[in-house]
Amino acid sequence: MSAGTGTKLGWGFVAPALLWTLAFFIVPFLVMGAMSFATLEGRSLVWGFYLDNYIELATRAYLWRAILVSLEITLTVTVVSVVLAYPLAAIIAFRVPPQWQRLALLLAILPFWTSYVVRSYAWLLVLAREGLINQTLINIGLIAEPITLANTRFATVTGFVHFFVMLLTLTIYANLVQLSPNYRRAATDLGANAFQTFRHVILPLTLPGIATGAFLTFVLCIGDYVTPQVLGGNNELTMPQVIMVQLGRRADFPLASALAIVMMAIVMLAYLASARWLRLDRV
Amino acid sequence: MRMAAWFYLVLAFGFIYLPVGTLVLYSFQDGTLPVPPFNGPSLQWYTEVLADDDVTDALFNSLIVAIGSSAVAVLLGFLAAYGLARHVLPGSAFMRGLLIAPLTVSYLIVGLGLLIVLNRTGVGLSLVTAGIGHVVINLPLAFAIIYASMGAQHENAERAARDLGASETKVVLLVTAPMLAPAIAAAFFLSVTLSWDEFIIAFLLTRFDITLPVEIWSMLRSGLSPRLNAIGSVVFLISVTAVLVLEFTMLRRRQS
Repeated sequence: MSAGTGTKLGWGFVAPALLWTLAFFIVPFLVMGAMSFATLEGRSLVWGFYLDNYIELATRAYLWRAILVSLEITLTVTVVSVVLAYPLAAIIAFRVPPQWQRLALLLAILPFWTSYVVRSYAWLLVLAREGLINQTLINIGLIAEPITLANTRFATVTGFVHFFVMLLTLTIYANLVQLSPNYRRAATDLGANAFQTFRHVILPLTLPGIATGAFLTFVLCIGDYVTPQVLGGNNELTMPQVIMVQLGRRADFPLASALAIVMMAIVMLAYLASARWLRLDRV
Repeated sequence: MRMAAWFYLVLAFGFIYLPVGTLVLYSFQDGTLPVPPFNGPSLQWYTEVLADDDVTDALFNSLIVAIGSSAVAVLLGFLAAYGLARHVLPGSAFMRGLLIAPLTVSYLIVGLGLLIVLNRTGVGLSLVTAGIGHVVINLPLAFAIIYASMGAQHENAERAARDLGASETKVVLLVTAPMLAPAIAAAFFLSVTLSWDEFIIAFLLTRFDITLPVEIWSMLRSGLSPRLNAIGSVVFLISVTAVLVLEFTMLRRRQS
């Protein structure tokens, strides 16, 4: 077979996937980008190079507040999830006997497969005024009146943290078990206590894994519509919620597109900020 | 220290299982509110849900979309992986990047882009358009999983088949595909689990026939209900069964 027909044959294999990605991902994405510079006159769409949508994003309080709210929630969720997941992964990796580790890990991430929409609803069952926590606290006499847990930012963050603790436990565990036990032995032999071993040996070695998991958390969290919509109430809106409002009630596709572009830009910035620690090829 | 570790483990598992435990427990509630006190157990909500045509139709739609879109994603992903792993093509790193690109964008943006284009071109929304969106998000995963398992050790078998006179089609169908069956199956199952549970793309790109997550979403507006608990428990059971089957068959076999 000559090199020429080989290459042509190779293209034949790659072409369908490539065309699909171009037609249904790249082109829609470019159209969305162009749409973000279009504008609405009355109800009709005018293409062009208008900065109206971006100016609106910077000046209308409910729009730029959504960007801030999204950032605050996403950063909180990322930090809290890493801090809670790391000890869990470490306990499974270092304290649970090896033959039980696979089972412990499987159990720790099983609820990950709860249906996506149902997962937020399940937290509503726990956090609602008449829900599990309030009823239990009232029954044991700790409180007299139900406290407000659902429809708050606390509820949104709880729902998110629950999901990402499972995800991060998985990625951090994968990192921890790759570490040779010799590192820990060497540190102990050289007189390091448990905290020093962690601080100077284990933590630096697992930083790439943490960064990868944290980046994944950031990306998935900032783009999620369901969790804040179900658990957050409507006191404050996140970017995906505002995008959906623009699509639904107002059919303002240009503004929704501009918001989507800003959301992507934030993800890009997060990527650049964490790139030096990331090893996405090892996920 | 040791006690603290076990205490943390128990606490963490409590947190992880609190919502799904509550969900399942109160799906057996004998009453109209899925909150304490628990009365029951009763199966009334399961019988009601399974007799509800809207729910069973949506469940069926979800399975169709999941299986159809996963089959397309795995087929395209397999062909692309074969082409890029076995043929020297100019710009192959760029093409790999392009095929993986949809993974870096949130589902909402994928759905929004497609919605805009479909709106502009006047194509009506249906289960097919939702399926197209699901192929977009699952193709990168299928491609990456299959590409990663295209080791050089398989290449010798392919070369031997070619030397013995097999056409390229025969090599792909009779040699490469069977050798990669575990990776192909893993990619397919992962695609199915992701697609059948996907909400935002299905929500944006369907209209009259809807998938199960979209149906659940519309039921959510009427607040807490044991019906939702029952549906959620059924979906959880199906997903967990799929995951366990994957864990104990394919992944185990690959290890040994």
